[in-house]
Amino acid sequence: MTGKTSVLDVQGLVKHYSVGRGLFGSGRRRLHAVDGVSFAIAPGETLGLVGESGCGKSTVGKAVLRLVEPTAGRIVLEGEDITSLSRSALIAKRRKMQVIFQDPYSSLNPRMTAGEIVQEPLINFGIGTRAEQQERVAALFARVGLRPDQRNNYPHEFSGGQRQRLGIARALALGPSVVIADEPVSALDVSVQAQVINLLMDLQEEYGLSYLFIAHDLGVVEHISHRVAVMYLGKIVETAPRDMLFAEPRHPYTEALLAAVPVSHPRMRRRRVVLKGDVPSPINPPSGCRFHTRCPIAVARCREEEPALLGDSSGHSVACHLRTPAN
Amino acid sequence: MAQEPVLAVESLRVEFATGDAPPVVAVSDMSFEVHRGETLCIVGESGCGKSLTALSILRLLPRPYGRIGAGRVLLDGRDLTTVSEAEIRAVRGRAISMIFQEPMTSLNPVLTVGRQIAETVMVHEGLSWQDCMDRALEMLRQVRIPEPERRLHEYPHQLSGGMRQRVMIAMALACRPRVLLADEPTTALDVTIQAQILDLIRDLQQETGAAVVLITHDLGVVAEMAQRVLVMYAGSKVEEGSVEEIFDAPSHPYTRGLMAAMPHLGGGRGKRLNEIPGVVPALDARPPGCAFAPRCMQAVARCHAEAPPLVQIGGTHTVACWAHGQGARA
Ligand SMILES: Nc1ncnc2c1ncn2[C@@H]1O[C@H](COP(=O)(O)OP(=O)(O)OP(=O)(O)O)[C@@H](O)[C@H]1O
Ligand code: SF4
Ligand SMILES: [Mg+2]
Repeated sequence: MTGKTSVLDVQGLVKHYSVGRGLFGSGRRRLHAVDGVSFAIAPGETLGLVGESGCGKSTVGKAVLRLVEPTAGRIVLEGEDITSLSRSALIAKRRKMQVIFQDPYSSLNPRMTAGEIVQEPLINFGIGTRAEQQERVAALFARVGLRPDQRNNYPHEFSGGQRQRLGIARALALGPSVVIADEPVSALDVSVQAQVINLLMDLQEEYGLSYLFIAHDLGVVEHISHRVAVMYLGKIVETAPRDMLFAEPRHPYTEALLAAVPVSHPRMRRRRVVLKGDVPSPINPPSGCRFHTRCPIAVARCREEEPALLGDSSGHSVACHLRTPAN
Repeated sequence: MAQEPVLAVESLRVEFATGDAPPVVAVSDMSFEVHRGETLCIVGESGCGKSLTALSILRLLPRPYGRIGAGRVLLDGRDLTTVSEAEIRAVRGRAISMIFQEPMTSLNPVLTVGRQIAETVMVHEGLSWQDCMDRALEMLRQVRIPEPERRLHEYPHQLSGGMRQRVMIAMALACRPRVLLADEPTTALDVTIQAQILDLIRDLQQETGAAVVLITHDLGVVAEMAQRVLVMYAGSKVEEGSVEEIFDAPSHPYTRGLMAAMPHLGGGRGKRLNEIPGVVPALDARPPGCAFAPRCMQAVARCHAEAPPLVQIGGTHTVACWAHGQGARA
């Protein structure tokens, strides 16, 4: 996907939260939710963002959407720097970048009918006449697999999968070029999850959408992504084209993550190397390489010096002193 | 197996009764056995009745409406559905313990971890407090909590999700139960922590010989853990077999559908996933005949009219589907 200009280009994104005092400490402390994350997404491309709970995936999504204000960094959407756009200018630009959440229920207004929910963005942006809007809503309902009569139902009358379809219809109403999807299928049952994943992939092909697909399920991410970035404690530790990342993971954390995924057939059971301990706190993250406290191959240098994310010509980048592209 | 099962559930029916309306059946005609040292995985999607099945074993169905409508639950041959309240309390946490998806529901937030484990031991074994605390420490060590001496004096909120799950397992195993019921014990955890917990359950089972009933929606967890597998759909068992039988020859259209719907590492990248059309029917809207018929590609007229019986199609492999076994020939 190199060569094409990117739809979304994020450079050095940082988000620190100021959090309450600790048990004994004084004053407020900084929580390093996202600490220097860079990536670009090409038209029609899906970048999968994976990592364990609390590593900062959702914060990346929210900061890119400027639902939270980035502490530092630059966000370029379709060639325009939106990092410091005013609220009103940003809202106009938001048309091009929409979001789908894990729990569509909490993001859909319970007092509006499904039809109104999908029509609302069109009204807000003054797009088309009422009749044209209605037509567009009908077309979107059909496209995401909702029945026309369901336009008069309220969100609570939908099943989880149908609510996610509704969230998708609303996100698509304005014809975005980028969709940030934060765990869009995590709350769904397997059989319904497959329906929604297929729908997202079909829509991408049809409209040339770009996805930032945030998820913790590696099977889902492998299935849907063209490229994958692995996050650990606020940083991207490895990024590569999908097949490369899953076939030849280089970062010890990526290896551990893949090894932890349950097998798909009982004959593949094996005694695997299990990563010890928990993810450290993002308030006072470990020095040097943030993974060194759990890394099975760490050396002294890892504690002192932070490894840079270094790439090779194949688009495979890794941040590890012992697993640089040259090695 | 010649050996007697530790736990046998026979023709269990779980129902919800409100007012004068006829009761709604949530689980019907459920039967299974678990032997010492064996792991049975019950797999199915949300709302299929997995958790209710487990809760009814310990008579913990939600009150006042949930009840066991029919069937028996035999622990070493003794029917738990008919014993007194006092007797079932003595079984809970001692002969049979249960762990849940969300450890905070079973941990007391205002008591230290050590005290909670020790109290469980105290209630069931009547040892001295010091002996109970010693057992608590030993249990924390066994579930491989780092710095167990320090953790003993901490409160649940001071622990990470993975550590809380370990504490709950420590508490569940403190009295060396013969049966461990684990309801989605790793669903809320990250994969690396899930791997730790699954290894732990497996190791402890090997040490203690407990029979494990593991409830999950994740076929990957089943592939990792099960000796036997029971697939549930809409309150009924639709297929059961050894883990090899189920993964080598999944036979119910629902089981096959689930397997094909699940994206797994290295499988069919970028291709369309198999969809099971439609959704699981609501409890009070389960169709007559085979409950899966409205979503089934293979359904014929009979499927919509008549519920298929469970038939044996292999060594220990049974399936309830008109398209299989004797059902197909009948
Ligand atoms: N508003 C906030 N104030 C303070 N800390 C926050 C806030 N939002 C997020 N955090 C912290 O930032 C870190 C990253 O959170 P984030 O939600 O981005 O993680 P995530 O990778 O999406 O995790 P999950 O997989 O659980 O969704 C966490 O430690 C979280 O507790
Ligand atoms: S830099 Fe060192 S600690 Fe970090 S992943 Fe590489 S070897 Fe491990
Ligand atoms: Mg998140």
